[in-house]
Amino acid sequence: MVSTVIPFGPQHPVLPEPVHFKLKIEDEKVVDAIPAVGFVHRGLECLVAKKDFVQMTQVVERVCGICSAMHGMCYCMGIEEMMGIEIPKKAAFLRTVWTELHRIHSHLLWFGLYADAFGFESLFMQFWKIREKIMDINEATAGSRVIISVNVIGGVKRDISPEHRQWILSTLDEVEEALRDLEKVVYEDYTIRKRTVGIGVLSKEKAYELGASGPMARGSGIDIDARSLGYAAFPDLDWEPIVEYGGDCFARAKVRFREMLQSIGLVRQAFQKMPRDEEIAVKVTGRPEGEVITRVEQPRGECLYYLKGNGSKNLDRCRIRTPSFANFPPIMSMLIGCRLADVPVIILSMDPCISCTER
Amino acid sequence: MDETVKNTKPQKRLKPSSDAFKQVREAKIGLIRKLIAKARIKSPWLLHFDCGSCNGCDIETLACLTPVYDIERFGIINVGNPKHADILLVTGTVNHRNKKVLKKLYDQMPDPKVVVAIGACALSGGIFRECDNVVGGVDRVIPVDVFVPGCPGKPEAIIDGVILGLQKFVQKQKGAKDGD
Ligand code: SF4
Repeated sequence: MVSTVIPFGPQHPVLPEPVHFKLKIEDEKVVDAIPAVGFVHRGLECLVAKKDFVQMTQVVERVCGICSAMHGMCYCMGIEEMMGIEIPKKAAFLRTVWTELHRIHSHLLWFGLYADAFGFESLFMQFWKIREKIMDINEATAGSRVIISVNVIGGVKRDISPEHRQWILSTLDEVEEALRDLEKVVYEDYTIRKRTVGIGVLSKEKAYELGASGPMARGSGIDIDARSLGYAAFPDLDWEPIVEYGGDCFARAKVRFREMLQSIGLVRQAFQKMPRDEEIAVKVTGRPEGEVITRVEQPRGECLYYLKGNGSKNLDRCRIRTPSFANFPPIMSMLIGCRLADVPVIILSMDPCISCTER
Repeated sequence: MDETVKNTKPQKRLKPSSDAFKQVREAKIGLIRKLIAKARIKSPWLLHFDCGSCNGCDIETLACLTPVYDIERFGIINVGNPKHADILLVTGTVNHRNKKVLKKLYDQMPDPKVVVAIGACALSGGIFRECDNVVGGVDRVIPVDVFVPGCPGKPEAIIDGVILGLQKFVQKQKGAKDGD
């Protein structure tokens, strides 16, 4: 049979980010997919030589705008571990609040793009409308909508006042209500089921073998969540990783939907259990020395930081491995054998973050 | 213009080589051009290209399309095809790999066109200016008409930038007509 090569990207309406796939198709089936990356590569890790370890916090936040709070937290946790700093309990709770809010906004954003991928424009609008509420919280508490530079080495920069706390809780109630309304659409709508159930199946063994992480792994029945490592305030909160067993696009969407509701619960819990003391950061003296690896759970999966300090103000090395990078091999295996029309849905079901992957 | 069309409306078929035929054709094309020019101002189409941004500016650009900011009330829609676009929104730094793509997209857009650069990265390279793979701001590769500052630029600022871009668009269109 004659095979055709169709380029997908780098400028494509479904994905806001530039990624390029060469899809080799026969008839309607994709027989091979070759990714071409590097459109967003900035060479961010080399900045460690030019910026000192405190300034690097702001740099790593810009690895990816969607999960900036998590990147900042992961980096700060690493430096704190290296320097033997214990952060105040309240700071840990505040970090949890902001990172969980980030998770909600990231998943809402993903749902919007996902709906757009199969042409459900009104659902896209609905999810993004809800998302604006979370963005308002970010703006009111941290001063910026997307890149919220709240993490510093030794704690957090800002506190959340009691009035804000009330307002956040009532806003989250509204968000939850809106999500409950959409739950039925996401789970039962005919179009959505048709386009996602049984599409892009990743078996548990395959997911394990190819090293999937985050909702990709949990959608295939692997119970893995870096939050159970017990960083920030997670040991004090009641929660369990969310696992679905379908392994298809629908299961991954379900994982994300349930995670949003769980994150709302986690923020509420964190506010309840937050200590009342005033201290939110400790003073940091000295320079980092040694090696450390830290991991956090981002909306897309597990993110790993390797940091190496040499006792001067610049770090020796800052290596970042992001979840989207880990999720590329499973996606490539899923694309082979699928129909051309399903390609955008499958690629989106991984929640690709290209600026993370390429840095 | 209308008058000429009415007056020169051919009663019988004109020879394609005749002057009268050419005159009618010119008049008709002029009319269509005028219509398109008006439509392009009233309903400009956007092309968004992410050129190595951290996603911060991208999602703010996308947020402009959603019900809260709703850029569509200005008749603006987001398209995927550069040949349909009037305004190019660029976010992020230019690097050695994507500068060719950016140039190509710009070249494929029909004249007149306006480029809006969004965020500190697109302005000068921002926080990534010192990185080894970064060329710098968007203006190193293509001419930029409007710069929207911020890291990331807020949706309000982006909408403001697009509206400013529209004014430039009108000017450019006028300039093109005078030049004809
Ligand atoms: S200006 Fe800031 S938010 Fe925008 S792409 Fe650059 S680093 Fe990201």
